[in-house]
Amino acid sequence: MIKKTTSVIRLLAAVASLAMLGAVTSTLHADTNAPAAAPAAAAPAAAPTPLATPNPTNSAFASASLTNQVAFLEAAHSNSNPDPSGIAYESDPGHNAWMMVSSAFVLMMTLPGLALFYGGLVRSKNILSIIAMCFGITTLVSVLWWAFGYSLVFGQSFSTTNPTLGLILGGTENFFFKGVNSLPNTSYAYWVSQNVYSIFQLTFAIITPALIFGATAERMRFGAIMAFVFAWMFIVYFPLAHMVWGATGLMNGVWNAAAKIPAIDFAGGTVVHMSSGWTALILCLILGKRIGHGKEQMMPHSLVLTFIGTALLWVGWYGFNAGSAVAADVVAANAFTTTTLATAVGAFTWPLVEWIFKGKPSVLGFCSGAVAGLVVITPACGFVNSTGAVIIGVVAGTIPYIFSTIVKNIFKYDDALDTFGVHGVGGTCGALLTGILVDPTVNSNLQAVSAGSPHNPAMDNGLITAIANHSLVVAQAKAAGITIALAVVGTLVIGYLVKFTIGLRPSVEGEHQGLDIIDHGEEGYTH
Amino acid sequence: MKKIEAIIKPFKLEEVKDALSELGIEGMTVTEVKGFGRQKGHTEIYRGSEYTVDFLPKIKLEVVLTDSAVEGAVAAIVKTAKTGKIGDGKVFVLPVEDAIRIRTDETGDKAV
Repeated sequence: MIKKTTSVIRLLAAVASLAMLGAVTSTLHADTNAPAAAPAAAAPAAAPTPLATPNPTNSAFASASLTNQVAFLEAAHSNSNPDPSGIAYESDPGHNAWMMVSSAFVLMMTLPGLALFYGGLVRSKNILSIIAMCFGITTLVSVLWWAFGYSLVFGQSFSTTNPTLGLILGGTENFFFKGVNSLPNTSYAYWVSQNVYSIFQLTFAIITPALIFGATAERMRFGAIMAFVFAWMFIVYFPLAHMVWGATGLMNGVWNAAAKIPAIDFAGGTVVHMSSGWTALILCLILGKRIGHGKEQMMPHSLVLTFIGTALLWVGWYGFNAGSAVAADVVAANAFTTTTLATAVGAFTWPLVEWIFKGKPSVLGFCSGAVAGLVVITPACGFVNSTGAVIIGVVAGTIPYIFSTIVKNIFKYDDALDTFGVHGVGGTCGALLTGILVDPTVNSNLQAVSAGSPHNPAMDNGLITAIANHSLVVAQAKAAGITIALAVVGTLVIGYLVKFTIGLRPSVEGEHQGLDIIDHGEEGYTH
Repeated sequence: MKKIEAIIKPFKLEEVKDALSELGIEGMTVTEVKGFGRQKGHTEIYRGSEYTVDFLPKIKLEVVLTDSAVEGAVAAIVKTAKTGKIGDGKVFVLPVEDAIRIRTDETGDKAV
């Protein structure tokens, strides 16, 4: 009885949305339609005419039966597959709106979030080198993404021409954004325009390499950074992102029925944080320590900037994590919640540990704990429940803390801003914890019968079985191992290549003077 | 003529300045300086990096006076700058050979 009532209410809601959609459509297309459409928009409630004037981009809608029209709208409402309605797909304004906001949020994480977070932690003579690094990477990666990146990650043509290559890289069909228009690419989202989806994914491709250069801060030249990133995107990021998120990817347990490793990574624990973090460790070893490291005082020049950057990262991360649902749906709602809890608990735990062992809870401790919480929840946010998020927050506030303070001092590597300690270690913790804390009830893609499609590909690649057997952590460990191997080998090759061609570091005198003047001819502050 | 150089705690500057003004002293020069004596510095911790900050912020106050005014001024500085805790600072008195007021070319006691 209750169920029946619910369906009646949903039906009524769908019919109401249908009427509203008609009204909006006639408003939007007032220019192209007959002027007579305007009065209908002025009085939408009273006029039944909108039903007769469907969206001109979807003529199949008009000829469909009312049942199928309602089914089509209900599919948009629940972010599921509209195929059973027999009506061709189109993008949905609600899902698109959230994804455009999310994309802007993730861009804000780099510009200015990460620039301020990292910028505050360096000495004042190097603040502009951090800003230029973030800005330079944003521009370079945008061009690479348009030309090749999106296609190599989310294309699928290699899977037909060379199935083995198809597991590692996407395809060539979307080079230079060919075919990337406002209609959805239903391999990735039923209702989000592909151009919006590609820009959303671009913002991830931007922040990932930018994270690396926290470890190398204050001693790597701008030209060397750009050269490294250019090669790193092709050798590490594009293959890894395809393997984890591409529809034909090697480790895409959620969507690829032929995935060899049925791993899951909701928003980028492996692709973003492990790849950048492990790259950062290797690159800072190739680069060597800052001159005077361990002898001179290298205090952050402005923890106020670092705080502002942290706050922008936290807010932007809602786009990163909840946006990774690629819909404004129930999974996004879960990711939104777990992200908040893990971050708050991480930012609670880190300074608490400091208070106990060092005597004072520091502002940098709050900032570090918040970022660590965000990092560790990233792969898990759409797959774990709120209890899992709190556990993840506690881990985030302790394990990265140990690596950024104790382990770093034992091995004496100069991970200047703790990219490895927070992102490498935190990302690895997140990838493994996702396998342990996964809760299939929060995400129908992890259930035998997925709401989105008649047959869940996760049934074929072993993901559903692994979750049922509590053995998902094995697949997660394999995915983590591949990520580390790719990042380490790729960085060794590219790092030494750049070192022996254009060189990585400034002159001793230049490093003393600061990168702002020698690389950019400017100073951040004039007194 | 003598020059008084006093290193004092920054928050005591206003009190010292008011006390000197009450004595009729019309000018002084103040510099923000860093230094240490017997007072220990402090430790700052940024994640894994610990730094000992030895040089603490102080104020250096300089004033040149006629010989007769020196004793009273030194007493006023010592009285107002004192907290009784370590780090209160020091007062130095140095001889000055001559002084010239640039605007009027006056020299000696008339110029201070």
